[in-house]
Amino acid sequence: MFQLSSEGLVEVKKELARYETKESAIIPSLFIAQKENKGWVSKEVVNYLSNVMDIPESKINEVFKFYTMFNQKPVGKYHVQVCATISCALVGARELSTHICNELKTHHGEVTEDGRFTVSRVECLGSCGTAPMMQVNDRYYENLTNESAMNILRGLK
Amino acid sequence: MSEVKYLTEFYHLNEFQGLDGYKKNGGYKELEKAFKMKPEEIIDVVKKSGLRGRGGAGFSTGMKWGFLPKNNEPRYLLCNADEGEPGTFKDRMMMEKAPHQLIEGMIISAYAINSKKSYIYIRGEYDYPIACVRKALEEAYSAGLLGKNILGSGFDHDMDVYVGAGAYICGEETGMISSLEGLKGQPKLKPPFPAVQGYLRKPTIVNNVETLAAVKYIIRDGADGFKKYGTEKSTGTKLFSLSGNVMKPGNFEVPLGYPLKDLIFDLGGGMKPGRKLKAVIPGGSSAPVLTADEAMRATMDYENLASLGTMLGSGAVIVIDDSQCMVDMLGTLTHFYHHESCGQCTPCREGTGWLDKIVHSILEGRGRLQDIDLLIKVADNMKGRTICALSDAAALPVLSFVSKFREEFEFFVREGRSQVKGTQYAQMHH
Repeated sequence: MFQLSSEGLVEVKKELARYETKESAIIPSLFIAQKENKGWVSKEVVNYLSNVMDIPESKINEVFKFYTMFNQKPVGKYHVQVCATISCALVGARELSTHICNELKTHHGEVTEDGRFTVSRVECLGSCGTAPMMQVNDRYYENLTNESAMNILRGLK
Repeated sequence: MSEVKYLTEFYHLNEFQGLDGYKKNGGYKELEKAFKMKPEEIIDVVKKSGLRGRGGAGFSTGMKWGFLPKNNEPRYLLCNADEGEPGTFKDRMMMEKAPHQLIEGMIISAYAINSKKSYIYIRGEYDYPIACVRKALEEAYSAGLLGKNILGSGFDHDMDVYVGAGAYICGEETGMISSLEGLKGQPKLKPPFPAVQGYLRKPTIVNNVETLAAVKYIIRDGADGFKKYGTEKSTGTKLFSLSGNVMKPGNFEVPLGYPLKDLIFDLGGGMKPGRKLKAVIPGGSSAPVLTADEAMRATMDYENLASLGTMLGSGAVIVIDDSQCMVDMLGTLTHFYHHESCGQCTPCREGTGWLDKIVHSILEGRGRLQDIDLLIKVADNMKGRTICALSDAAALPVLSFVSKFREEFEFFVREGRSQVKGTQYAQMHH
């Protein structure tokens, strides 16, 4: 069973009243719930939000499956997203993400055994002038080298 | 030729991010000036300035505003800060360095079109820019620059941030409206255009961050002052995002009509030692690629790039040097468009998938010579047949890469390896 914290619930209620229609609160509420559900949206999360928001599950599902920032399966504590679109690819981003996977002994899209990392290759994150880059949870790390990226990841608690 | 820091004059000052520092450097002066003008006068001066949408389409901003129905229906202003066109990172800088500049431009624009409510739709990955804009909005509300009776003008306006959740298609204005309405970000058929029926079927104006920020400077300098920079039909300055194989990537503000060669070799510091320019994508990944020869004579304005068969787009200049394999680079683009197609229209949903499959079969050494023509045939069939421009945006790079670098594609098919990179390409792809 998934349940929001009381603070999370207050936030969802706020979002419900914030826009012209309550459907606009689906995206912000999914963000709130995902954060409280270890970084992904499960069936239980959708069911819970549907009840609290009084919006059919089908409508919430359709939104959550459309947008890439909602994870449809569990991710590591740190979701490492390496941009691999053209500007980043030109300066070695794909080699970087492969290096990170090798060092962490994992494959793209999988959770490491200790549950700490998921490494994904993603599409353009708007950091093309400071490539290669990675986004770890909410934060951008830019102008990376193989070494600096690993130092950052190993330094995370 | 050096940069012309028109919009970005104070971007080097950290204090420009906050309300006090912004005001100290001329902030919100044009809002006061605008309130002394009639809304029609503002629309008129924006029309006369020749300002064209900075997000990609390059449509006249004043004309867009002029499409609003002449009635008292509530209308919305929507700022497109979903910056997702590969190669583009200028709006992000603008929101980080000068969030109040955007807010001021938006209040002026809202006053001009008589809108009481606006949203800034920012892509969800932009965590820091979102924080910067939210903080600036709080400051603006506390200072009476938003809300009821702004600066005693009698004009009321509320502004909020809406955070996207990761979808390139939400940068298309009707896709953005769907997303804001709490739906999948799927574009809607036009007409009706958003100016007539947009958000919640009400008249809605959608403008890019840079476009809205520029409105402040048109009020400050007048149409003629704004037109001092640029060419006759491409007026003003523009922020260009330079990325890829250059020594000094970054955002540069230059007058429209600026030589692409100078942008790359002067402002961008040129190629890495020993490397030669091979190709340039001049306006974001959807713009057809230019060969090095074409790039050396191009100027960065709407007309010149159109005459070279490409477009200015969002102003993202992606530089490709001679160490790169064009088949490999096209593979990153076909993957992108396949991933980002919203799936609504068949030519795009199926076409992007086939393009990606065919390019990757070549990359994996399984290509056949007829696949090269098949790519062209599929891409041709994707043009002009869908609700929005994503399908065309996916087709154009394919057509230009294949026609201008056909020899590389043929080599790859014949030899089963890259002409440039040898065999080390395959593991690069997903």
